[in-house]
Amino acid sequence: MKLVNRHTFAWLIVIVISFLAIEGLVSVGILDVFYEMALVQIGINIILGIGLNLIIGVSGQFSLGHAGFMAIGAYSVGIVYLDNPTVTGFFLGVLLGLVLSGVVALLIGIPTLRLKGDYLAIATLGVSEIIRIAITNMKITNGAAGISGIPLFDAIPMRQLVFIFVVIVTIIVVNYVRSSDGRATLSIRENEIAAESMGINTTKYKVMAFVIGAMTASIAGGLYASYFNTIVPTNFNFMKSVDILIIVVFGGIGSFTGTFVAALVLGILNTLLQDVSDLRMIIYSLALIIIMIFKPSGLLGTKEFSFSKLFSKKIKKAKKGGSTDGSVRN
Amino acid sequence: MTGILQQLINGISLGSIYALIALGYTMVYGIIKLINFAHGDIYMIGAFLGYYFINEYQLSFLPALLLAMIISAFLGVVIEFLAYRPLRNSARITVLITAIGVSFLIENVMIKLFTANSRAFPQAIEQQKFTFGSLQVSNYQLIIIVTTLILMTLLQFIVQKTKMGKAMRAVSVDTDAAMLMGINVNLTISFTFAIGSALAAAGGVLIGLYYNSIDPMMGVVPGLKAFIAAVLGGIGLIPGAVVGGLFIGIMETVVSALGFSVFKDAFVYGILIIILLIKPSGLLGKNVKEKV
Repeated sequence: MKLVNRHTFAWLIVIVISFLAIEGLVSVGILDVFYEMALVQIGINIILGIGLNLIIGVSGQFSLGHAGFMAIGAYSVGIVYLDNPTVTGFFLGVLLGLVLSGVVALLIGIPTLRLKGDYLAIATLGVSEIIRIAITNMKITNGAAGISGIPLFDAIPMRQLVFIFVVIVTIIVVNYVRSSDGRATLSIRENEIAAESMGINTTKYKVMAFVIGAMTASIAGGLYASYFNTIVPTNFNFMKSVDILIIVVFGGIGSFTGTFVAALVLGILNTLLQDVSDLRMIIYSLALIIIMIFKPSGLLGTKEFSFSKLFSKKIKKAKKGGSTDGSVRN
Repeated sequence: MTGILQQLINGISLGSIYALIALGYTMVYGIIKLINFAHGDIYMIGAFLGYYFINEYQLSFLPALLLAMIISAFLGVVIEFLAYRPLRNSARITVLITAIGVSFLIENVMIKLFTANSRAFPQAIEQQKFTFGSLQVSNYQLIIIVTTLILMTLLQFIVQKTKMGKAMRAVSVDTDAAMLMGINVNLTISFTFAIGSALAAAGGVLIGLYYNSIDPMMGVVPGLKAFIAAVLGGIGLIPGAVVGGLFIGIMETVVSALGFSVFKDAFVYGILIIILLIKPSGLLGKNVKEKV
């Protein structure tokens, strides 16, 4: 397959148009500072959601510890960027976060991913709590008071930086899922025992998905640290992990399109419900229960929007004059 | 030596509370294979009910405890009926996410109603300290230990000697076979939730008395620790929950006494990860081979 074909070109156009649309709305002043903040948060949530969806939706491993890896990224950027407030400093911080979270995820993943289902959920929850307690009690992270005064990334506006990272993370993760390694990972979700008996090294692919997910979370953490200037350990507790889980579940476990839609919808809802924030959590938790009971597959199930499908439908229509079968997944 | 004994007494009183909560986790897990995340919140509700009865209705401690247990038992049954029963045949992850949702719902409703601030639990019984040599035991600790012992004996009686207990054991071994034998599975599961919730509520009222402070988020951490206690002892096993609860309680007080109190939670999570890796079936559990 060529790198530039119709589908990738169509996606490129989508990316450019959405980038220009955001910039246009900002320049004519429709998107003011308040909405820009919501937009940056949505972007960060998309990165978090995509990483968690790779772990839960693609490899089928239930992790409740995403906030722990986000904390690693946030503190890496916080410490390095505060010390060296240049563009290089920022990217060094992001790089440090990537390496640290990757190593931690690898060390934790290899033993714990042998566990199944709810045991894994509790173990990952325990790990993220341990990370948080460690951060709370370390000197370099300034303990429970956290780090404040982290400079805002200012080489380009934060919304553009977040946009670029959303695009990069999405391209990497989606292409991973479409690669042969990704197929192997998917087979674990479908049936672990069958996958294993087909000769797939299930531990390897589970750990791989877990590490990639953790690294994307650390990127989101780094962006969060720079944008919000202040980070404290309680930002990254169990509630944060559940916030991310809600995005993935609403969108559909296993659908990256769904994660995008859910992060957008929830981000807009968050902005609208700003004044009644205590009611907001009641609504979300009720919605979580109701979705699980009536539509456990979420908004989109495992469906994805894809240009190749759209194009092939059109071609089929042109050839046969109608009657298409859109039930093929992916 | 007395230092160690003193810590042991403190640890046993704290551990008794964990054991009370862990029993609910372990029974529910044993019967429907669900980590009931909302269980820690039932414990919180129990504490608030105790607070309410003692403060508003001027009840004395024992009736307040019993009423809190009864109402919480009812709440547990309602939660099971509304949130978990429709998902009886769903994937386990689906039910787990629902349980997280229920937990968040209870917490946030309570925050909305009572604000997130902590409040002082009324001193329904005057605190007294008994000293034996250099050992200090408060009457609160004695109340906790005695109440826990009574409740556990009662539970043991219900599970081992009554017809309902027999049904509970049968359903946890094999739900389908139990149904074929004419056991009303839904009723049995409701009953399990009722008992588990009542025990958690008792723990909540007792901890309110002991620590003298309650708030809507108080159930999260003890709930997780009690779950760890249940896993440590062997999830699904009633004696395991007691052993695990006491172990976690004693370990926590010892770690605090050694000067690592800020790391005591990390220690508990560490234990969980180690036990899951070495012996996932728990201290008292038997290994079960996976069949395809």
